[in-house]
Amino acid sequence: MKKRTLFAIMLKDLKVAIQNKGVIIPIIVLPVILFVVLPWVLTLIPTLAGGTFGNVQSMESQIGSLLKNMPAALQNQLAGHSAPEQMVIFILVYGFAPMFLILPLMVASVLAADSFAGEKERKTMEALLYTPTSDRELFVAKILGPWLAAIVISVISFILYTVMVDLAGWISMREILLPNLMWIALVFFVAPATAGLSLVIMVFASAKAQGFQDAYQTGGMVVLPLLGLVYGQIGGVMYFTVGVVLILGFVFWVLLAGLLSLASKKFNREQLMIKNR
Amino acid sequence: MNNSVIQINNLTRTFGENKAVGSLSLEVNAGEIFGFLGHNGAGKTTTVRLLNGIYSPSSGSSQVLGIDPQKDGPALRAQTGVLTETPSLDERLSGYDLLAYYADLFTIPKDTVNDRIMSLLTEFGLEKRAKDKVGTYSKGMKQSLALARALLHKPKVLFLDEPTSSLDPVAARHVNDLIERLTRREGCTVFLCTHNLVEAQKLCDRVAVMQHGQLKALGTPADLTRQYIKRQNIELEVEENQIEKTNQILVSHPDLVLRTPVLEKNMLLVTVSGRDAIPEILTLLTVNNISVYRLNPQEVNLEEVYFALNGESK
Ligand SMILES: Nc1ncnc2c1ncn2[C@@H]1O[C@H](COP(=O)(O)OP(=O)(O)OP(=O)(O)O)[C@@H](O)[C@H]1O
Ligand SMILES: [Mg+2]
Repeated sequence: MKKRTLFAIMLKDLKVAIQNKGVIIPIIVLPVILFVVLPWVLTLIPTLAGGTFGNVQSMESQIGSLLKNMPAALQNQLAGHSAPEQMVIFILVYGFAPMFLILPLMVASVLAADSFAGEKERKTMEALLYTPTSDRELFVAKILGPWLAAIVISVISFILYTVMVDLAGWISMREILLPNLMWIALVFFVAPATAGLSLVIMVFASAKAQGFQDAYQTGGMVVLPLLGLVYGQIGGVMYFTVGVVLILGFVFWVLLAGLLSLASKKFNREQLMIKNR
Repeated sequence: MNNSVIQINNLTRTFGENKAVGSLSLEVNAGEIFGFLGHNGAGKTTTVRLLNGIYSPSSGSSQVLGIDPQKDGPALRAQTGVLTETPSLDERLSGYDLLAYYADLFTIPKDTVNDRIMSLLTEFGLEKRAKDKVGTYSKGMKQSLALARALLHKPKVLFLDEPTSSLDPVAARHVNDLIERLTRREGCTVFLCTHNLVEAQKLCDRVAVMQHGQLKALGTPADLTRQYIKRQNIELEVEENQIEKTNQILVSHPDLVLRTPVLEKNMLLVTVSGRDAIPEILTLLTVNNISVYRLNPQEVNLEEVYFALNGESK
């Protein structure tokens, strides 16, 4: 495996991808809105709710029923806060967790779509196939590039999010909310597996797709189960505790290992050439 | 035998029912410009892909530079350069960055990369546009850049898939000059896929004519014309008062002369049965004491060979 080859392919793919608007929006705009702007908007709710709207009562009854179904650890953390504060803490520290997984998913699939389906659309694959790279090197470089990018962006977003939540939390209620164990497991264990999964699914989708948009839409099907998680959380079906996160991560990694070995078997020059015609 | 650079033995590749290349056998010698002719769908591009280890053969085998493309594709591709049918260039990169990217993939020593790229860009007249995105280049500039990429690592065998089909005559001549220079100067072997027969005739040492994946003819352009052209026009100038006699001699040999000669500006236009008939006619006229001042065979080109072959198959 030639390191220079791997780096060259990964860097070139990234360089080319960031010139595509369809790529930039999910990997820059999405994290900024989700993880920088939203925490501030949310922490404003208690002030607004307590002041102008005065519907604290109804919120209290709502959060009360939510609280009853929560795991004990969660209930402990929320104890001693006002109802609006409980709501905010709940959303920022727990409600956002599944939302966070959308980020590695989006970044990885958008980059993979540009690199595989985009290469097909722009007809640039053929020249690459005539270079002395091996099939294995191509596979590794094409998978590793978007994957590493997704992981790096997840970690950066997590750090940003932590800083924002803590700043907002400190200003409004003198409390440091993040990081906690669950988030660390989420960012360093589940997120990479999520990125890998969406990436491999995108590789399969790209083989059939005509171009970037097409692949991206097909690959976007992986977003659905994740949204399921979000609603599951909100509906009180499942909460992201450390245990749940670890199990989720484990399942993702096993799935990923299976799909990766399947993909690597199907991945060869001839297939790439034929599919790129 | 041992100076053959490409050996193809019974190479066959099918796609479903369709035989893209069927039982192809031929050899290409070191340093020659080998023309691979055939019309659309004849199997040219498929052959290039087979010879570079991108497609696997359905049966048969090949060796390029002593390497089986199936067994060690990377080692082979390190020594071959391919100009693909479509330029296959990433338009979001600059010309320079694109070549630098491929320099990495071809593991060209890092300290020589810049010089190599600049000298190629200069040779192709692209040095002023080096920093511009390839997307802003004209068709001809893109083709030049693609050719520069194919030459980047100084390949021993160069595969060119219709290199001039999208170029204007000036650019096409430039590319053809370059191909000739390369083979003569650097001993590079060229495998040239084309359906431009005039070009093939000018450039190629030998040509193969492909049709529906089958090899139809193989040889030097001169060989092929001799073999396949059974009719050739010659201009004949003889002593003016011998024209009548000449005519009589000619028509009395229907095996050599296919039509009654036509007189035009004191010159006889004679259609003879191929190149081999020319010396026979000359002898015939000489024995009969005809003074021949001029005998001018009109050029027969590959195009006629090509159509003769196509006619045969219909
Ligand atoms: N990947 C493929 N799948 C199915 N059929 C293919 C594939 N590649 C080539 N063919 C078929 O094989 C035949 C030869 O195609 P090829 O591209 O080699 O021809 P060519 O001589 O390069 O033609 P052109 O001058 O148009 O480039 C054609 O009938 C083509 O449709
Ligand atoms: Mg072709």
